[in-house]
Amino acid sequence: MPEINTHIDESMLDGFTRLVTQEAIEGKTMLLNMGPQHPSTHGVLRLLLELDGEFVVNVIPDIGFLHTGVEKHMEYKTFEKAVVMTDRLDYLNNIGNNLVYCLAVEKLVDLDVPPRAQAIRVILTELQRIASHLVWLGTHALDLAAMSVFLYCFREREMILDIMEMCSGQRMMTSYFRPGGLWRDVPVEFEDAVRQFLRIFPARIDEYEALLTKNPLFIERTKHIGVLSAEDAMRWGVTGPSLRASGVAHDLRKVRPYSGYEQYEFDIPTHTDGDTYARYLVRMEEMRQSVRIVQQALDKLPYGPTRSNNRKFVPPPRSELGHSMEAVIHHFKLFTEGFPAPKGAVYVAVESPRGELGVYLEGDGGPKPYRIHWRTPSFANLQVLKLLAKGHLVADLVALIGTIDIVLGDVDR
Amino acid sequence: MDWASLIEWTVKSLALILALLTGFAYLTLFERKVLARFQVRIGPNRAGPFGLLQPVADGIKLIFKEELIPANADKIIFILAPIITVVPALVIMAVVPFGPPIQLFGRTITLQVADLNVGILYIMAIASISVYGIVLAGWSSNNKYATLGGIRSSAQMISYELALGLAFTGPILLTSSLRLTDIVEAQRNIWFVLYQPVGAFIFWISTLAEVNRAPFDMPEAEQELTAGYHTEYSGMKFALFFMAEYVKMIAVSAIAVTLFFGGYRGPFVDQLPILGPIYFLLKVVGFLFLMVWVRATLPRIRYDRLMAFGWKVLFSLALGNAMLTALGILLADTFQNPLWLWSIPVMTIAFFLLVVYLTRGSIAGGNR
Repeated sequence: MPEINTHIDESMLDGFTRLVTQEAIEGKTMLLNMGPQHPSTHGVLRLLLELDGEFVVNVIPDIGFLHTGVEKHMEYKTFEKAVVMTDRLDYLNNIGNNLVYCLAVEKLVDLDVPPRAQAIRVILTELQRIASHLVWLGTHALDLAAMSVFLYCFREREMILDIMEMCSGQRMMTSYFRPGGLWRDVPVEFEDAVRQFLRIFPARIDEYEALLTKNPLFIERTKHIGVLSAEDAMRWGVTGPSLRASGVAHDLRKVRPYSGYEQYEFDIPTHTDGDTYARYLVRMEEMRQSVRIVQQALDKLPYGPTRSNNRKFVPPPRSELGHSMEAVIHHFKLFTEGFPAPKGAVYVAVESPRGELGVYLEGDGGPKPYRIHWRTPSFANLQVLKLLAKGHLVADLVALIGTIDIVLGDVDR
Repeated sequence: MDWASLIEWTVKSLALILALLTGFAYLTLFERKVLARFQVRIGPNRAGPFGLLQPVADGIKLIFKEELIPANADKIIFILAPIITVVPALVIMAVVPFGPPIQLFGRTITLQVADLNVGILYIMAIASISVYGIVLAGWSSNNKYATLGGIRSSAQMISYELALGLAFTGPILLTSSLRLTDIVEAQRNIWFVLYQPVGAFIFWISTLAEVNRAPFDMPEAEQELTAGYHTEYSGMKFALFFMAEYVKMIAVSAIAVTLFFGGYRGPFVDQLPILGPIYFLLKVVGFLFLMVWVRATLPRIRYDRLMAFGWKVLFSLALGNAMLTALGILLADTFQNPLWLWSIPVMTIAFFLLVVYLTRGSIAGGNR
């Protein structure tokens, strides 16, 4: 038998002992390393589990495996160029990241957004919310081994990604929203494609629900699992569907409307149980509400420009570049130097599929952000995993990671 | 014992093993194709026409893969575990009749390797052996995930073996024989599933647990335990576990068909014995399709709830089923009228509904 180095560094052990209980050190409970390469930690989350048999005594999430330094990187980009970095944060909600960043820049420099751009932003953000919830539903069901739902969800998500590609040329990393509006107007096929999706999708939600909502095995696996009270949810800063499933009807689209959400009629689904099943029901209903919003926005989609006409911040249209030297110079200056932002700080938050997605943006008079900080919902929501998982089984832990709907790009930034 | 009998047995054994191994290979393809159709996909279609050479490609890949043995693993047991798992799966089919006896070269040949007079006992004895392989694999791997998988497997086995054994009693009581050919011949006019609907149901659920199929695939729960007991296995050793699972799927389907669905019996089998194996195969494929269907549809049940279900619901159901079957046969004997046998399905279904009603809330709970 080969010689194995069983020596453990004392300093390492010190850091360790502070994390786990005395029982684990004595060997009464088992320590199990789950992740970062594990099929159901949704990316590169590492969990150090302390188990008593299969019961979870303690969960210690270890994050940072996907740290990209986006916040620091953005300080080296001009306001416009930094948009492409926002896509990479929460890779299931790219459009939403674009939106909150653009709203922050617009608020900082006081830039207007034309109504058509506002409406298209709402349509795409809601479609993105549906796509994100579809990935959540698919992976959540797959974690519970209901494998077919996963592929059905991705079938519909594909339609949304096709719409994204149609608009921006990219399926995921769209960078479609820019400060002052959109990169450019949507193509003519856009409306048909979205209407086609809206026609098909409600029946497809029924299809997923037929497989899961009344399935006794699914209910067994989700009901009374990971109960989160409203007090705990608020104490830990949980937002989004997880908060609403605990009975708090807090949705930034209603509480602090942005991009014209106040014009649309929609409900905020809530539930009082606060368990995994309640979170499932809330998200399913949210998809239906998103369909409603998209329908309304599409019906009254106004015509007009899709980008602000404020030339201080928005480059001149391509048509002018051919015959106006001033336009060429202006275009060149905007893309090399960028536009200066006033000294000051803003905080803008939107309702992402996962919760409150906020951007703190500080300008120092120059063309680049002085400081940018992302308040990401996944990071805050991940904290409650410890609270939720205690006393449950390893099998439930997998369901719980699914139910808090984290995206590691969003957690680690 | 003459040399002709020896040759007959050898040929039959080899044919059975060959059929099971080919069946295993094509069952994987069948499962992948059917699953793909459930999930709006196409499934394997690159290797050969309709992907028919996919199992060959998989086999070649697995043979040439490097086999790793983890450091600090118990080597002997680690190597022995897949063998312990796969051999029972292969030999269990020896007592199952595939068709009526046929005349060949002037000899009467039974389409069955061994016509044991205690065939059912043999099946019960062999079926439980392979769980040792799984437990030992989990333990010897020196891996916590594998250990958890092995423990789950043994817990699952204990919870289901009893119900499975009691489900066997129905056909035994109805034919008063443990010989499988007798059981098949007793179903000449009517399949036992009609007398034993609850028994067949218990049998089928228990066998799903027995072969670690969804929704009872906890020992290898991919999403929880990465791969459970075979996490550390690679190459042919892994393939042996895989083979054991699929061969067992075929075996339990064949046993279910034999006990409850008339075995090889079907129209015109007496006139044309060759139809027997064809009917048998069709029925087995039907059961295999059912297993794949369940896998495509249902989420996995949690392991403590599986045990609660096994002990509280399934075991009591199986016990009641056995008693009521005996009562029905007693009634039929007392009144000298076989029509009284129809009291069995009536009584057992009533009992089934009663048990389901009484235990409806008892499986939930169990969190600390």
